[in-house]
Amino acid sequence: MNEEKGKIILSARDLRKYYGEFCALDGVSFQINEGEFVSIIGPNGAGKTTLINVLTGLLTPNTGKVSYKDREITGIGPEKLSKLGLARSFQLVNIFPNFSVLEFLMVAIVSRLGKGKNFYSSLLRDQEVTGEALEVAQLFGLDEKKDVLTKNLPQGDKKMLDVASAFALHPEVILLDEPTSGVSTSDKNKIMETLVSASKKIGIKSIIQVEHDMDIVFSYSDRIIALHQGKILADGAPETIEKDEEVVCTVLGQKECFKIFSSILNRES
Amino acid sequence: MRARQEISSLKNMRRLVPIIIGLFLLGLPLFASQFVNYLMLTFFAYAITVIGFNLLFGYTGLLSFGHALFMTVGAYTAAFLTGKFSVLYMEVILVVAVIISSILAALIGAICVRYIKIYFAMLTLAFGMLFYTFLLKFYYLTGGDEGMRVLRPYLLGFNLSGIPKMEFLTGSYYFYTLAILAILTFAMWKIVSSPFGLCLKAIRDNPEKAEYLGVSVRKYRWYAFIISGAYAAVGGALLAPAVGQVDPGLTYWTHSGTLVFMTLLGGFENFFGPLVGGIVYIFLQDKIMSLTAYWRFIFGGILAFIVIAAPGGIAGVISSLAKRGKS
Repeated sequence: MNEEKGKIILSARDLRKYYGEFCALDGVSFQINEGEFVSIIGPNGAGKTTLINVLTGLLTPNTGKVSYKDREITGIGPEKLSKLGLARSFQLVNIFPNFSVLEFLMVAIVSRLGKGKNFYSSLLRDQEVTGEALEVAQLFGLDEKKDVLTKNLPQGDKKMLDVASAFALHPEVILLDEPTSGVSTSDKNKIMETLVSASKKIGIKSIIQVEHDMDIVFSYSDRIIALHQGKILADGAPETIEKDEEVVCTVLGQKECFKIFSSILNRES
Repeated sequence: MRARQEISSLKNMRRLVPIIIGLFLLGLPLFASQFVNYLMLTFFAYAITVIGFNLLFGYTGLLSFGHALFMTVGAYTAAFLTGKFSVLYMEVILVVAVIISSILAALIGAICVRYIKIYFAMLTLAFGMLFYTFLLKFYYLTGGDEGMRVLRPYLLGFNLSGIPKMEFLTGSYYFYTLAILAILTFAMWKIVSSPFGLCLKAIRDNPEKAEYLGVSVRKYRWYAFIISGAYAAVGGALLAPAVGQVDPGLTYWTHSGTLVFMTLLGGFENFFGPLVGGIVYIFLQDKIMSLTAYWRFIFGGILAFIVIAAPGGIAGVISSLAKRGKS
């Protein structure tokens, strides 16, 4: 995502979300620009997934507004959002268990091409839909498993397929909720490389991800937003975040705290 | 190479099966008894209904417990048009039944598809019983619990009133109904293998994910509800002249239960499952009813057995046996 940083594409203004007494988001505001790869970090319960759910319209915030390209989208719901050009993937695997890999991707393509109301023509003979589904499968290295039922895929592939289906919508902004969770460390970088190259090919303008793995966060992000107890603790480039003691120690926990500081010390010495 | 040839010959076999069954059904009146043919005729009417019902249940994941309502709409349309308005053309009856049931399904569906699972089932059941009460109480219009007579319709414009009743039913009416079943089965096959069908299956498997992929879950559920309502009305309109009489019992909840039973018996995961279930149900019911008055008791046992031991129904058992045979 090293294209030129452009205008604001997504903005959140003073978002508050309560679950009963508990305040999950406590006045969160930020803006995402075109061309940015933004990571949202924070300890468990900081409000990261709630934030993604509010941004994608699954949850309506108690107060505050979400705008996408100067259009208010607060709580408009996932279906309309996907048509406007915002897609997401899920933290927990979210698939159609009885679908083959190709059928799964075809759902996204049928909906993007507006062919869902076609009652009469054969899906499998539709070259446009099957061709594009195969292209996406190739992009994510799933083409050899195209006829496998998704419930029979290994965990990593399920995760990949969930992400791939969001990409198949050709969104402008994509929100990824822990794209590499539950995946072995050795596969994490491979997944990230695939994501970045796929988003370039498809023309995705901005990526927002929630991520726990700090190696991934610091090597891929242009910008990091750190959340803690529903508030933004810090928002900036990886280099500044890395030096922010408060963020490093409250958000990342002591282990990470130690790891990062020792790596900084090593670098300086 | 050989394996590929075997696969393609298997595919050709698959294509042949419906043709063979079709030819068999066409030839059946030549050698089967009139009574068997009459039971087949009822099966055709139910087959159309359950194939529509399964678009909602098997493909969209919505279990309607009031689907006999739409069958009843079709049946009463036939009764009203032939009895009160002297409209005897079967094609007109079918078209009117489809129009009325679609409008009604659009209204009822708009409310029901907001809910899922047990709430959807209970709500559809409630509408079915509401209609039952309506038919029962407005007896000036509907004949109350005595119901209404259905006159013999013209088929393709031909007045066939000269033919004895059973000969008409097991002759021209048999073929007429079979032809409509064939057309509607083919149409349903097209629907489930279309992009729309794919979206319905996505909704069944995971509505949340489907919505994130841009599928308008509620709207598509609503379309499926209307289509399946229209199918049921055609089934009901074809059943009515075969029975010669309609009454409110058609929309009683146990009749909706029968549709659910047929579908479960045959297997809702298979396109042809409901058809298998329908034919087995109708012939089994006839056999068991002639043996004992406690046929419902036996059917209850069968249903319990299916749910526990073979949730895929008869079609599920057959396809798993076929798979075992291959390997």
